[in-house]
Amino acid sequence: MNRSKGINIERNIKWIFPLPTVLFIFLMMIFPICYTFYISLTDWNIASIIGTSFIGLDNYIDLFQEPRFYNALALTLYFTFLAVGVEVVLGVVMALILNQDFRGKNVVKFLLLLPMVATPVAIGLAWTLFYEPTIGLANYALKILGVPASEWLASRTMVIPSLALVDIWQWTPMIALIVLAGLASLSTEAFESAVVDGANWLQILRYVTLPLLRPTILIAVVLRSIEALKTFDIIYVMTAGGPGYASETLNIYCYHLSFGYFRFGAASSALIALFALVLGFSLLVLWLRRRYEV
Amino acid sequence: MKMQMKAGKRQKDFWFNVGWYILIILVMIPFIFPLVWIITSAFKIQADITAIPPKWLFTPTVVNFKRVFMEQDFGRFLWNSTVVAVAATLVSLVIGLPAAYSISRYKQNFLGIFVLTARLMPGISFLVPWYILFSKIKLIDTYTALIASHMLVVLPLIVWIMINYFDGVPQELEESARVDGCNIQNAFLRIILPISGPGILTATTLSFLFSWNNFMFSLVLSTYRTKTLPIGIYNFVSYAEVNWGSVMAAAVIIIAPAIILTMFFQRYIIKGLTVGAVKG
Repeated sequence: MNRSKGINIERNIKWIFPLPTVLFIFLMMIFPICYTFYISLTDWNIASIIGTSFIGLDNYIDLFQEPRFYNALALTLYFTFLAVGVEVVLGVVMALILNQDFRGKNVVKFLLLLPMVATPVAIGLAWTLFYEPTIGLANYALKILGVPASEWLASRTMVIPSLALVDIWQWTPMIALIVLAGLASLSTEAFESAVVDGANWLQILRYVTLPLLRPTILIAVVLRSIEALKTFDIIYVMTAGGPGYASETLNIYCYHLSFGYFRFGAASSALIALFALVLGFSLLVLWLRRRYEV
Repeated sequence: MKMQMKAGKRQKDFWFNVGWYILIILVMIPFIFPLVWIITSAFKIQADITAIPPKWLFTPTVVNFKRVFMEQDFGRFLWNSTVVAVAATLVSLVIGLPAAYSISRYKQNFLGIFVLTARLMPGISFLVPWYILFSKIKLIDTYTALIASHMLVVLPLIVWIMINYFDGVPQELEESARVDGCNIQNAFLRIILPISGPGILTATTLSFLFSWNNFMFSLVLSTYRTKTLPIGIYNFVSYAEVNWGSVMAAAVIIIAPAIILTMFFQRYIIKGLTVGAVKG
């Protein structure tokens, strides 16, 4: 084996190994995002007969004066906080309930995974039937409970909660599993000394368990929030942003601008806004990870 | 007296346990019910599915599955989804494993964050430029475009999981190999990779699932030839009349591989989903 060639590869392996990956991400992510930013500074509209011209920040100015944009932003945050809020509470409670060794624990974990791994589009369509006012099970269940029927996805007020319910159904198990794993990694010393000090289960929960779980829960919340901000599949197939614009989150709004109206210039500015929103949350994740790195 | 007390306590324990099991079952029911309902509906005729009050006893039929494959071309969607998922996962493994190894061993944190950002960014931000660029080079409705787009989701995931995994592999193994005159690339190939089974399994399973379930990219980048399963099922309801039987059968077909994968690789999936959120 040619010795000098071997040394050259070896010395540079730290650049050679990651190179294809970095190149790929550069090609498929960095370059397109820069291109998007460039388009956002033009008035490109696929239907326009006059050519495309550079209009600077006009798209952004229009965007920040567009009520539909603020509607989308508000709905996105409403959906995210509602869904993730409930998921966290339910998930933590579930994890606490499931945190013991019992027969069938593995079966339970298996069943909990299923809502998460099931294709969101398929789940969304099934829930659409579930929510159907006349032939769906949801109103039938309400009838049994003596509660008046709801329009669910057709109601402007109920549509976001209805969609959030689907998200909650899908992702509460994720929070539960993360917290369960967190519980398993806690050292028993704190608990043992608490028991020795005579604490009851509620006190242990409040003063030992939950504080120790805080980093885990926090990271789970932020990670889940980032995904929730980007929710697209279920909203698109269940309501496509309707009724009217009542469920048009930022992601859906961007999609309509891009592939509904083909107003690429305007769409690109909205996309950059969405990108910035998610980036902000992501930096929060990184900061949190660094903060809790012991 | 002592025996009585012991028996009393055992009785109390028994009821306590029963109560606990009931609680667990109650907690699980809302999560299982919709899936059970989807699966049973797939075997019902349309009228039975939409019947109110719901029909719990019914004669099962496979007519929905037949229709979905014969009239609605589901075989092709199944093939497309498989091709894209397998290809995206394989290529991502080939270029992602070395990258993860390097980032882990050489502590290239900047690169790590760079790759991670790709995982967190919204897919729609890239769809507009991709659509434009792929149109220009005539790659719309090709496997290449789809696979490349799926890789942007799958590759960072694999790298993230494997960085965490490699961090946990002790350096002694490579060091003793190096002492024996092995260079880094061979140490990686012959020593580290073979023992990275669990990590690679986790990464592969999750990647396949994420690609299989992807909807948005195929929605825009496929038109006819390369439609994947999620688009296939969506097309059942985007026209005036909805055949719920077809939808439910299609749903079962789409979800089945995920269920099977979860059955066999449950441990790895959980590991993959919780990695990074839990310390240690």
